[in-house]
Amino acid sequence: MTFLTGWGRTAPTPAQVVRPRTTEELAKLLADRPRRGLIARGLGRSYGDAAQNAGGVVVDCADLDLGWSLDQESGTVTASAGTSLHDLMSALVPRGWFVPVTPGTRYVTVGGAVAADIHGKNHHVDSSFGAHVTSLTLATADGSIRVLTPGDRLFWATVGGMGLTGVILSATFTCVPVETSRFKVDVEQARNLDHVIELMAEGDHRYRYTVAWIDLLATGAHTGRAVLTRGNHALREDVRSAAPLAYAPRPLLTTPPWVPNGLLNRWTLRAFNEAWYHKSPRVRRGVIQSLTTFFHPLDGVRDWNRLYGSRGLLQYQFAVPDEGLETLRRIVARLSAHGVASFLTVLKRFGPGTPGHLSFPMPGWTLALDIPAGVPGLDRLLTLFDEWVAAAGGRLYLAKDSRMSAETLRATYPRLGEWREIRSSVDPDGVFRSDLARRLGL
Amino acid sequence: MKNALGAVDSVLLLGGRSEIGLAVVELLVKRGARRIVLAVRGETDAPDLKALGAEVHVVDFDAARPESHGDVVRTAVDLVGDLDVVISAFGVLGDQAVYERDPVSAAHAVAVNFGGQVSVCLHVAERLREQRHGTLIVLSSVAGVRVRKANYVYGSTKAGLDGFAQGLGDALHGSGANVMVVRPGFVRGRMTAGMPPAPMATTPGEVAAAVVAGLREGKETVWAPAVLAPVFALMRVLPRAVWRRMPR
Repeated sequence: MTFLTGWGRTAPTPAQVVRPRTTEELAKLLADRPRRGLIARGLGRSYGDAAQNAGGVVVDCADLDLGWSLDQESGTVTASAGTSLHDLMSALVPRGWFVPVTPGTRYVTVGGAVAADIHGKNHHVDSSFGAHVTSLTLATADGSIRVLTPGDRLFWATVGGMGLTGVILSATFTCVPVETSRFKVDVEQARNLDHVIELMAEGDHRYRYTVAWIDLLATGAHTGRAVLTRGNHALREDVRSAAPLAYAPRPLLTTPPWVPNGLLNRWTLRAFNEAWYHKSPRVRRGVIQSLTTFFHPLDGVRDWNRLYGSRGLLQYQFAVPDEGLETLRRIVARLSAHGVASFLTVLKRFGPGTPGHLSFPMPGWTLALDIPAGVPGLDRLLTLFDEWVAAAGGRLYLAKDSRMSAETLRATYPRLGEWREIRSSVDPDGVFRSDLARRLGL
Repeated sequence: MKNALGAVDSVLLLGGRSEIGLAVVELLVKRGARRIVLAVRGETDAPDLKALGAEVHVVDFDAARPESHGDVVRTAVDLVGDLDVVISAFGVLGDQAVYERDPVSAAHAVAVNFGGQVSVCLHVAERLREQRHGTLIVLSSVAGVRVRKANYVYGSTKAGLDGFAQGLGDALHGSGANVMVVRPGFVRGRMTAGMPPAPMATTPGEVAAAVVAGLREGKETVWAPAVLAPVFALMRVLPRAVWRRMPR
């Protein structure tokens, strides 16, 4: 048994971790019907307990490497579930292709990207990962391997289904052609939350990738001040380089194994936020940035989650529809008044969602914040936000969640009943189980 | 499952009439617990947990019949699935003078307070070991930390229970499940009605608050109030000649 946690390093539970090398080995595991079920795990970037299974089996898909292939003509990629977006990008970008969606880290697997129906800075234009998937292979509870396409109900129960319909073996998806590995970026400061909302609502359509970093520790007239970063793939003529498609990322720093609790507190973060806000230009257009600087600045620090100390961190990410903008304002005002120290608070506009029953994104807005788990009063504050978000017709992201209640889930995912029906038809005995599923009664 | 902030979903209370046990359950329900099993002999006088949003099951439980304890735990699991928290809170205080006059009643108190606890906690531990998560909260007492002449029958049952619970906690270490030993001081309530309160007396509500805070922090031992930890560190090393002069 090995103790596992998510990226937030909270609520560890032991499980038997197995690494099947072939689909036959996986089929044998399923045929054994482990008493406490089985769940697949990729690179463990879900913040909460999605890839934990107390007393049961956790299938680490890293060795189940069936490789990947690219059709250079169409940009169609078929990759095994254990392939990381890091490996894919390293191979695809020099060939002139870019993954359809990347989250804030490259260290996620294709299987995880499908199971969480991940989104990135381009959601308002390109939707989430599942929207680009044209077919999936899934090992189901009966031991069979099914090929699914967007016409199948099981396809959409699997996209965003948090691994509870089966073990995803591979996915085929369409990539985006690029002329360079760089991005042409506009950076501007917004003096408060209303200002950043206005800038995003009015200008986001001109950019494929947009995100706003919010300073939650600013108060008064500056509440919700932000640095808005928006960009597009740089074209060949934008880049003065002999190798416009060159891309070789590497981590620069490693977090020491032991960090005192409370290192990231209100005061250190206020200093950081102050510096971050003021070092950014008021307005600067056409900056050429590398892929890593633009998308994955945190990947430059290996194991940055350890900065939060032994108590770990949690991420609170909610989405609200456009009509729920007032809820977003109330939450930011309350967080700011409460002085909750959040290192990275990110605001983003969402475009259309996918038909995934448990897929998170919905047209509107999403706010994500990282919070040290030891902050006093956090439970009560976030439970209050849950109620506000539910009342606004919004929801929380399962891949980030480590604390919501089963009631909140039921109130905010209207298609949960339909998903359960499909799931029980393919997995009547509940072979696929995770701590997240137990906690939320999924 | 326990969430990232220490809130739990399912709770089994062994001793459904224990004031401290019910106070802990009520507080856990207020913090999000939704599936509750009260194991009790006869009627429970539980607060209205349903009004707080919880689903409540009542299971017949006789601490003095260890042969039935396995079924009690199995029934609870059938009703609510994995047990996130189990509170073993039953016990009788009794009267030292009566125990001295009627040794059979003393033996009965030992069978409930110690024998019954050992039996049911072993069944709970087996389940927690299988599910690889969950916390067993055992209500010990400062009376068992150093036994006094004024209540040495009750005190010795708690001393036995405390030692058992610590050993069980160590046996479960590394399994994902754990044991929390709770050592309250004098608790004002039904059990102590009519007795003059000892110094540093507390209430069931205060003990519950300390237990729930300890649960969130993953503590192995909770003293209620917390000041009893240093106080009893001192009490334990008092010379016997001084200790036996303790008035009560």
